[in-house]
Amino acid sequence: MKRPRVVLAKPGLDGHDRGVKVVAMGLRDAGAEVIYLGLRMTPRQIAAAAAAEDADVVGISVLSGAHLAIAENLLAEMRAVRIDVPLVVGGTIPARDADLLCHLGVSAVFPAGTPLPAVVAGVLEVADSRAAVT
Amino acid sequence: MTEPVATCGDGQPAVTTDSGIPVVAVYTAADIAGGPDGLAARLGAPGEPPFTRGPYASMYRGQLWTMRQFAGYGSPEQTNARFRFLLGQGQTALSVAFDLPTQLGYDSDHELARTEVGRVGVAIDTADDMTDLFAGLPLGKVSVNFTINATAPIILATYLVAAERQGVSPGQLTGTLQNDILKEFLARKAYVFPPEPSMRLATDVIEYASDILPRFNPISITGYHAREAGCDAVQELGLTMASAIAYCEALTRRGLVFDHFAPRLSFHFATTLDLFEEVAKLRAARRLWYRIAIERFGAANPAAARLRFFSGNSGTTLTSQQPLNNVIRSTIQCLGAVLGGAQSIHVMGYDEAHQIPSAEAVTLSLRTQQIIALETGVTRTADPLGGSFFIEHLTDEIESRASDILQEIEDSGGAIRALERGVPQRWITEAAYRTEQELAAGLRPKVGVNAYATDEEPGQGLALDQPDPLVAERQIARTRERKSSRDSQASADALRDLERDAAEERNVMPALVRAARAGATVGEMSDAFRRVFGEFREPSPW
Repeated sequence: MKRPRVVLAKPGLDGHDRGVKVVAMGLRDAGAEVIYLGLRMTPRQIAAAAAAEDADVVGISVLSGAHLAIAENLLAEMRAVRIDVPLVVGGTIPARDADLLCHLGVSAVFPAGTPLPAVVAGVLEVADSRAAVT
Repeated sequence: MTEPVATCGDGQPAVTTDSGIPVVAVYTAADIAGGPDGLAARLGAPGEPPFTRGPYASMYRGQLWTMRQFAGYGSPEQTNARFRFLLGQGQTALSVAFDLPTQLGYDSDHELARTEVGRVGVAIDTADDMTDLFAGLPLGKVSVNFTINATAPIILATYLVAAERQGVSPGQLTGTLQNDILKEFLARKAYVFPPEPSMRLATDVIEYASDILPRFNPISITGYHAREAGCDAVQELGLTMASAIAYCEALTRRGLVFDHFAPRLSFHFATTLDLFEEVAKLRAARRLWYRIAIERFGAANPAAARLRFFSGNSGTTLTSQQPLNNVIRSTIQCLGAVLGGAQSIHVMGYDEAHQIPSAEAVTLSLRTQQIIALETGVTRTADPLGGSFFIEHLTDEIESRASDILQEIEDSGGAIRALERGVPQRWITEAAYRTEQELAAGLRPKVGVNAYATDEEPGQGLALDQPDPLVAERQIARTRERKSSRDSQASADALRDLERDAAEERNVMPALVRAARAGATVGEMSDAFRRVFGEFREPSPW
């Protein structure tokens, strides 16, 4: 069975990368192929990387409060380059915004405080569902 | 409902502090190395070398710590209103949170800035914004802390112009500029320029301040962010001292005299929930710095060897689940900072896992400080835990283990070289992952998370502040208006001079102050540096 390919990135200007790195290590130990793009990625760069890396899922981590605008821009960029890869979002996400993100088209939201095993299982589940339809 | 998952006591293989120091069931005089005389020499009196018991003789009897809640969001006016509110509630000094564009040197109208304007702090584009931020707040009287690093020299310049417009001379200003760029590369990640020119800018500020800002701390050397990013108390102390040595060496290489600049160095540590380890760490920090100042830099002025610090408690100990529990956590952390002898303290908001703290949460943080100060009696005597067998044993142990960490960094070529090689970054990331695995396995009890968890939706019932959707538009319009109404020749000339001074390795501060006065923006001044220094891009960790 193909290892799921996960592209992770920190979009925007926020530098809090403890969470995304821990998630990357957790996914790696769970057997995923993790491509972590690093800090200050623009939506365009993330969409291009998702296409180039043939990602099964894209994950972004935002702790600055800018998650709604960033997710919206990233989804638009991914549509513009015609890739259909599910997006998951983690970070400091108030409950009311989790619903808004899902409404925008985000596949899963992992607010601060979600236990690591739940994040790993959730991301892999989203990656799997994508692998099943392609 | 889950059961508690770990308890101390018989049957457990090893009981240790959070940083892995073994703890036995009881401590006695036999655990104090060198007996009573040895201990007395390691302690000294409060206000006396080696400052283990505190930097001042009278400690909180003489003066309480400064209550300094970190605040800032939206526009300068919105943050000014929050400042007035906090001062009205009895806060004794100010601490400015800047938004990410300001921290990274982009004006609010930059395309990378737009989604971030005013979110995690206040948006400052010009000296006019800084003037508005402090409107009606007398800068000659109120001490101000600035959490700013990559753009610290620029922000200091705008602050000096704002003070000048209030008729306040630099010599009257009190406060602290964080200006610790090394920990940005290490943990906080709000860097802009490569390490070498960044160090030069940080030391430009300290050199400039040592001449004209005698009451202002031009740097706060911090282990706090490495700690929040994952490392333990011992590593935090070792890394902080490694940075301090790197700055002092850079300054003495520039010809500055240690005894002259070191009294204005300040430090910043986390205080987490392992109460006794944290108190011991803060005491060990003072003693370790004393030793470094004397042995390594030959300090003759006792004030140059006297460590003063700010504690920001610890955000990563707080949980999104059952957020009111965080009030209790913050109270214990604040108490730890007080028992450790802090000069100023910020208490985290209980809702920080969900949002920038609400007004209610900030007020409660301030009240936490006030209750500890006024109602508990812990301020009555200096270093109240001094002489406890356990505390003294831990203090000795932490000092010794942190010295080992420091040696390890020295062996990798010093703080800057170790950073470039990613050595401490690896410690931090590995420790963060280990902590997360221990939480998941229940080896590290966390109430509301892996013990006594409930099905309640995290954040239920929390008062969420609505972010202001128009703040970016208003700030962009204001900055454009100010740029179009300034003397464009004067600001262009000042920016050209700034770029020249940066390229010719002159101290950039005088040119920055002239540029800020001429209406140059934070983004324009940062761009002048970008043209000379380039930008740093972190190598991928994988």
